Amino acid sequence: MESLLEINNLKTYFYSENGEVPAVDGVSITVKKGETLGIVGESGSGKSVTALTAMRLSQGKVMGGSVKFKGIDLLSLSDEEMRKIRGKEIAMIFQEPMTSLNPVFTVGNQIMEAIQTHMDVGKSKAKERAVELLALVGIPRPEQIVNEYPHRLSGGMRQRVMIAMAMACNPSLLIADEPTTALDVTIQAQILDLMRDLKEKHNTAIMMITHDLGVVAETCDRVCVMYGGKVVEESDVQEIFKNPKHPYTQGLLKSVPTLIDSEQQTRLYSIEGNVPIPGSLREGCYFAPRCEFAMEICRTKAPAFKEVEPGHFNRCWLHELDERGELDVKQLVESN
Amino acid sequence: MSIYLVKRLLHLIPTLIGVTLFAFLLVAAVPGDPAQIIAGESASEEEVQIIRDQLGIDKPLYQQYISYVTNIFKGDLGTSLRSSKPVLDEILLRFPTTLILTVMSLVVMIIVGLIAGIASATKPNSIRDNVSMMISLFGISMPVFWMGIMFILLFSYYLPWFPSGGSSEFKHFVLPSLVLGLSASGILARLTRSSILEIVNQDFVRTARAKGVKEKYVIYKHTLKNALIPIITIVGMEFGVLLGGAVITETVFSMNGIGRYVVESIQFRDFPAIQGSILFISTIFVLVILLVDLSYSIVDPRIRYEN
Repeated sequence: MESLLEINNLKTYFYSENGEVPAVDGVSITVKKGETLGIVGESGSGKSVTALTAMRLSQGKVMGGSVKFKGIDLLSLSDEEMRKIRGKEIAMIFQEPMTSLNPVFTVGNQIMEAIQTHMDVGKSKAKERAVELLALVGIPRPEQIVNEYPHRLSGGMRQRVMIAMAMACNPSLLIADEPTTALDVTIQAQILDLMRDLKEKHNTAIMMITHDLGVVAETCDRVCVMYGGKVVEESDVQEIFKNPKHPYTQGLLKSVPTLIDSEQQTRLYSIEGNVPIPGSLREGCYFAPRCEFAMEICRTKAPAFKEVEPGHFNRCWLHELDERGELDVKQLVESN
Repeated sequence: MSIYLVKRLLHLIPTLIGVTLFAFLLVAAVPGDPAQIIAGESASEEEVQIIRDQLGIDKPLYQQYISYVTNIFKGDLGTSLRSSKPVLDEILLRFPTTLILTVMSLVVMIIVGLIAGIASATKPNSIRDNVSMMISLFGISMPVFWMGIMFILLFSYYLPWFPSGGSSEFKHFVLPSLVLGLSASGILARLTRSSILEIVNQDFVRTARAKGVKEKYVIYKHTLKNALIPIITIVGMEFGVLLGGAVITETVFSMNGIGRYVVESIQFRDFPAIQGSILFISTIFVLVILLVDLSYSIVDPRIRYEN
C-alpha cells in the first residue's frame, strides 16, 4: 500500500520555565492510504502533539525531522499553503465535542465554512451540502439541526457534527484525537461505527489517537504504541494483542479489565509509577524506571527501534539481547 | 427571543419605580425645610410658604409621591426655580449636545480601543503589544480635565485647528469627543486584549484553524464574536455614563450639556431641576443597560435560549 503520511524522526520541543521539554522525541510514523493507524499511549506520551505538529497547529517548536504528506514536506510549506491542506486534505476531530464547536454560530454555519473555505461554491449549495453531511453522519432531522446552535445538541451529536465538518471536503486523511473519550459508552460505539463506515465509503485513512485499547481493537489496522515521546512498539493490530513485545505494551494489555479476570483477581493490574515528566529523563530507555524487567543497560543506553518479526517493531533491550543470544527472554519472563 | 424581550421589559418597571422613588426622596430627605433653604435665610415667612406650596411639601409624603409620579406621566418634571421654565424643556434643550458628544466619543473609543486591543492580542508580548498597552495605561491614568487642557493647548492654541470651547457647531465637538473617547479607549483596549487572549486558546478556535479557516476569519469571526460580551458591557456602561453628562469635559470645553446643567442646578439648589435631571439620566441609563442586555442575546445564542 502506498503511504499517505510519513512522519520521520519528528522532534517537537516545548520551552518552559523548567527548560526544554521534548514532548515528541524522534517519532516516525507512516499512515498508508485507506488504513486506520492507532496511536496508543498514556496522557503525556506525545501522541496528540505528534498529530498537532503534523497539522502545524502545535505551540511547540519543531526541532527536527520531517512530515511528508503525499510526498510534500508539510513543515516547509508557507502558512497559506498549509492552510489550504488543513481541512481539505487532512481533517482533524478532537476529544472535546462540548467545546470544539464555536458556541455563537449555528452548526450549519460552521460546516458551511469548512466547505466554502476550500471549495468555490455559493451559500445555498454549501448549505445543501451541510444538510447532506449531517444526514451522512446519522443526525436525524438534518434540515432543522443545520440551523441549531451547538449548545442545543448532546455530546454525541456534537461529535457527529465535528465528523461531518471534517468530512466536508472528503479529506484523504482524518486525524481523530481521542474522538470518543468524552462520550458515553453506547455513544462511543456509534461514533466508532460511523467512522468505520465513512472510512469504507470514502477510503479515508484515519489516524486514531487513543488511550483506549478497546477502540484500537475495534477500528485499527495497525498500531503504534507511544511512551515518553517515542514510539516503542509498532505492529498490526492482531499481532499486538496476541504477541506484545514491549513490557509497556504488555502492561497496558494487562491493565484492561476482563470478565474472566475479575472472578479470579480482586485488583486490576496497573503499571507501577507514573509517566515521566517529559524532559526529566534523557538517558537510557524512558520506561526503565517502571519496567519490571529493567536491567543495567536499560538505564544507561537507549535501545534501538528494531524489527523483531516481519512488520513488528520494538524498542527494547530484552529482545535485542535475546536476538544476540545474550539473554533468554522466555526464561526471564517465566521466572518473573 | 420575544419572550426574553418581554421579560426584560417587565424588569424595567420595578427599576423605574425605584428611580422615581429615589429622585423623589432626595428632596424629602434634605434636612430642614427645603423651602427655607431655597428661599434663603432672609426670606419672609410668606415667601417660604409660597415655595412650600409650589413644591407641595405640606402634604403627606405618599400623596406628594403620587402627584409627583402622575406629573411625570404627564411629562411634567416640575419647574426650575432658577429659570422658572419647565425642567423637561431645560433638559431637552441641552440633551442634543450631550448626545452628540456621547456618540462621537463612543465612536472614537470603539475604533481606537478595538484596534489597539486586537493589535495587542494578535501578537501578545511583542513590541506592538507593549507599546499599545503602555499608551492605554496612559489613557486610563490621565485625568480627563488635564487631557482636555492639553488638547486645547495643542490643537486650538499652538495649532489653531479647532475652537477651544462652545457647542453650537460640529467642529466644537471634535476636541472634547477625542478627549473623552481616547481616555475611555484605554480600558476598552485592555479589556479587548484580555478577552481575545482568553478566547483564542479555546478548543473551537483550534477547530477553526484545523479546518483551514483563514487567520483573519479565525480572529474576526470566531474569536471576536465570542469576546464581544465584555466589550459590549464596557461600551454600554460608558454610553450610559456619558449620556448622563460629562461634567468635567463639558466644563473644560464650555459646552452647554446635561452634565453642566446638573452641576449648576446643584450650586443653585434648584431642587426640581436636580430631581428632574436625576430622573432623566437614570431612566436613560436603565434603557441603555436594557439595550446592552438585549445585544448580549443577539451575540450569544446561549443567553437567548436560557431565558
